Amino acid sequence: MDFNLKIWRQKNAHEKGHFETYHISGIEEDASFLEMLDILNEQLIREGNDPVAVERGCQSSGPVSFDHDCREGICGACSLYIDGRAHGPDDHVTTCQLFMRHFKDGATITVEPFRSPAFPIIKDLVVDRSAFDKILQAGGFISVRTGAAQDGNAILIPHEEAEKSMDAAACVGCGACVATCKNGSAMLFVAARVSSLALLPQGRPEAARRAKNMVAKMEELGFGGCTNTRACEMECPKGISIDHIARLNREFLKAKFRD
Amino acid sequence: MAEKLISKIPDGPLAEKWTKRKSELRLVNPNNRRKLEIIVVGTGLGGASAAASLGELGYNVKVFCISDSPRRAHSIAAQGGINAAKNYQNDNDAVYRLFYDTIKGGDYRSREANVYRLAEVSAAIIDQCVAQGVPFAREYGGYLANRSFGGVQVSRTFYARGQTGQQLLLGAYAALNRQVAAGTVTSYPRHEMLDLVIINGQAKGIIARNLVTGKLERFGAHAVVIATGGYGNTYFLSTNAMNSNGSAAWQCYKKGAYFANPCFAQIHPTCIPVHGEQQCKLTLMSESLRNDGRIWVPKKMEDVMKLRKKQIKPSQIPEEDRDYYLERRYPAFGNLVPRDVASRAAKERCDAGFGVNETGLAVFLDFSDAIKRLGHQRVQERYGNLFDMYFKINNVSPWEEPMMIYPAIHYTMGGIWVDYDLQTTIPGLYAIGEANFSDHGGNRLGASALMQGLADGYFVLPVTIADYLSNKFAEPKTDINDPAFEEAEKAVQARIDRLFSIKGKRTVDSIHKKLGNIMWEYVGMARSEEGLKKAIEEIKELKKEFYEDVCVPGEQNQFNQELEKALRLEDFFEIGELMARDALNRNESCGGHFRVESQTEEGEAKRDDANYMYVAAWEYKGEDKEPELHKEPLKYEFIEVKTRNYKE
Repeated sequence: MDFNLKIWRQKNAHEKGHFETYHISGIEEDASFLEMLDILNEQLIREGNDPVAVERGCQSSGPVSFDHDCREGICGACSLYIDGRAHGPDDHVTTCQLFMRHFKDGATITVEPFRSPAFPIIKDLVVDRSAFDKILQAGGFISVRTGAAQDGNAILIPHEEAEKSMDAAACVGCGACVATCKNGSAMLFVAARVSSLALLPQGRPEAARRAKNMVAKMEELGFGGCTNTRACEMECPKGISIDHIARLNREFLKAKFRD
Repeated sequence: MAEKLISKIPDGPLAEKWTKRKSELRLVNPNNRRKLEIIVVGTGLGGASAAASLGELGYNVKVFCISDSPRRAHSIAAQGGINAAKNYQNDNDAVYRLFYDTIKGGDYRSREANVYRLAEVSAAIIDQCVAQGVPFAREYGGYLANRSFGGVQVSRTFYARGQTGQQLLLGAYAALNRQVAAGTVTSYPRHEMLDLVIINGQAKGIIARNLVTGKLERFGAHAVVIATGGYGNTYFLSTNAMNSNGSAAWQCYKKGAYFANPCFAQIHPTCIPVHGEQQCKLTLMSESLRNDGRIWVPKKMEDVMKLRKKQIKPSQIPEEDRDYYLERRYPAFGNLVPRDVASRAAKERCDAGFGVNETGLAVFLDFSDAIKRLGHQRVQERYGNLFDMYFKINNVSPWEEPMMIYPAIHYTMGGIWVDYDLQTTIPGLYAIGEANFSDHGGNRLGASALMQGLADGYFVLPVTIADYLSNKFAEPKTDINDPAFEEAEKAVQARIDRLFSIKGKRTVDSIHKKLGNIMWEYVGMARSEEGLKKAIEEIKELKKEFYEDVCVPGEQNQFNQELEKALRLEDFFEIGELMARDALNRNESCGGHFRVESQTEEGEAKRDDANYMYVAAWEYKGEDKEPELHKEPLKYEFIEVKTRNYKE
């Protein structure tokens, strides 16, 4: 398969970015999107290195930087806004699980970073999502010391509750929700963690406090508010439901009443 | 220098060793802990749990990871589960049985005392994770659920759908975040350790490259903990994450830490087969699938040919024409034999010509019986997400046709040599999790990697490291202007300058792929003296080509992924060579290490206990010099050493 790739290039956080277009051919339809980018990078390195190619007018911004790691949809490192959608045109996948068979041969594909004021660009398609770590540091945990735990079966947890908690805990922290939201809100991300812990008896004692602190941190870090457009839910690679935002709001209100 | 290999295993009865050692270990007063600094490199299950637990104790911890967040470490990709000797199923499980299964599964090449301790603390890990809010699968009554894994006859594996590693890591990462908020832990994401700094023979710090600015930075401490995982990516194609690498461990080796059993690499039987030349990563399908999936190839060659030409579908082949070869060869364990056995059996069938895809390198993993027996709903609950994942990648639904699988490199049992306290041969340097060698011998059982990472990080290291630190609190903080830091930083800078100066034509990946081919061909599932010697020569040759013709674009002081890869590949050459050397030395078959010269008439692995019942610990002797082999004899006082038998 052949493609034209229109890719966002930006040297660092301070300089202005721009699109560059590259042609790539001979891609297997079973290749993943990121394998396709690997092949492009091989090509760009070779061309950037080839005086004839440079003479031909080859743009030599070097290989395209992009975050990736596990390549099986679980680490949450990969991002990319592909043809106007976070993680591209397939549903409920991360970019690393997107395959070229989902594109038409000869298509022009636009690739941008996840954009949000809270996710500054580091280089090309790589953004800084450390704000997510900071939100979780504000309360995304249960305060238990190593060694303090009682037997795992001492508190029973109904199957359904454990499953619901797991649904929320499936969040990979990729930031698609933020990149997709017109307000740049991190509500789905925050709600997934708050809800996952609030659904478990172990997480109840700190549930309201956790919600309050995490929401406050989210606002402080420049994420927008939630206006219930549900775009986040649509683009979440793990299909996390905005029902969890309702649960977050309940916990948040409880905390406010207490204050 | 052999006296360095002192394992510090306490004497006395097996079940009392850990208690005994704990009672001997010195403590550090809480007021003094805050004067002590500890560097933890890596934030997978081992690193995150260790850093969090050390922070809780009040030490000053600096934790480093190469990803943008500690949560991305590759432990997150573990699917199936974590073992613990809880005996919740009343199936006669016990600490001793978990210990026994692990020693046997490892083909009698791991230390009794370490493995027993692992089994002993396993139950507390589950309790800890439940308390952290890990949503383990529960039965309808609210009790924790279990499933089975390979190489055992009990159900002791705890799980959270097919995302157990993710959930356990999120638990450890949450504990870590709590300590970051408390101010005991400072997190350094996007930092890569490039050298270990030693002052007066003790580990005192690291040189790390800030991957965003590209600058080299110095960090000092009273002790350093390596928790950077394994070196499976030496093979280029593996189930490891793309950025997983052996470099931090390798720098420790080059600074004097012995490296143990490097040839013990695990080849996982259930991975998605290679689809083509453009591939860079192999995807694992969880071992838990072997609970209900049945592995087979056709009995008749004509069916194989028709499958390859896509003239028939696998589901059209009648039951009597299928060879369920694991059930045939190993009736007692069937599809749940250990990974090394299942992998070799798949290779045997494919080598005999029965591979079921175009490349001839695939076998079937079939769920049709399970769907009939359990119904759609229960299969969906157990494996739904794995079926979806398979479909996304292959565009074939496991509900209709069997999965195709083939073995791939997955885990490395070898690693930095450590004593019972998890201390390396360098005082003040510790290694935990997959980065050390200690618990899995020649083959790791499924669902035991998560167990080991968390056992080391939550329960072992925080206790043992105190013994070393107990007399260090009066020492001043490590001075990062010490000449040792200066020298280490200069050496790293020289490496980087050299890479940029080559200005060749070949990309890092294209050369890494070649290294991977050499490794898979000669240091893969079947190893021979001739092949291993060839591998050593070919790796040397390829390394020479690398230094003559690699192209590292960009510059140092910027975000530069090609430079990161080039630095890691430099180390992979050397790791690959040592793996081959170790495999050559070990002229026996055991666990995942299969020497063709050492097999039974039936083609099963043949151990040589008289000559190889030892840990091979290699000492670095300098650039282009042969490393020196030290042997730590393995003594089995509490179990009888037998030939592994999964047939009856």
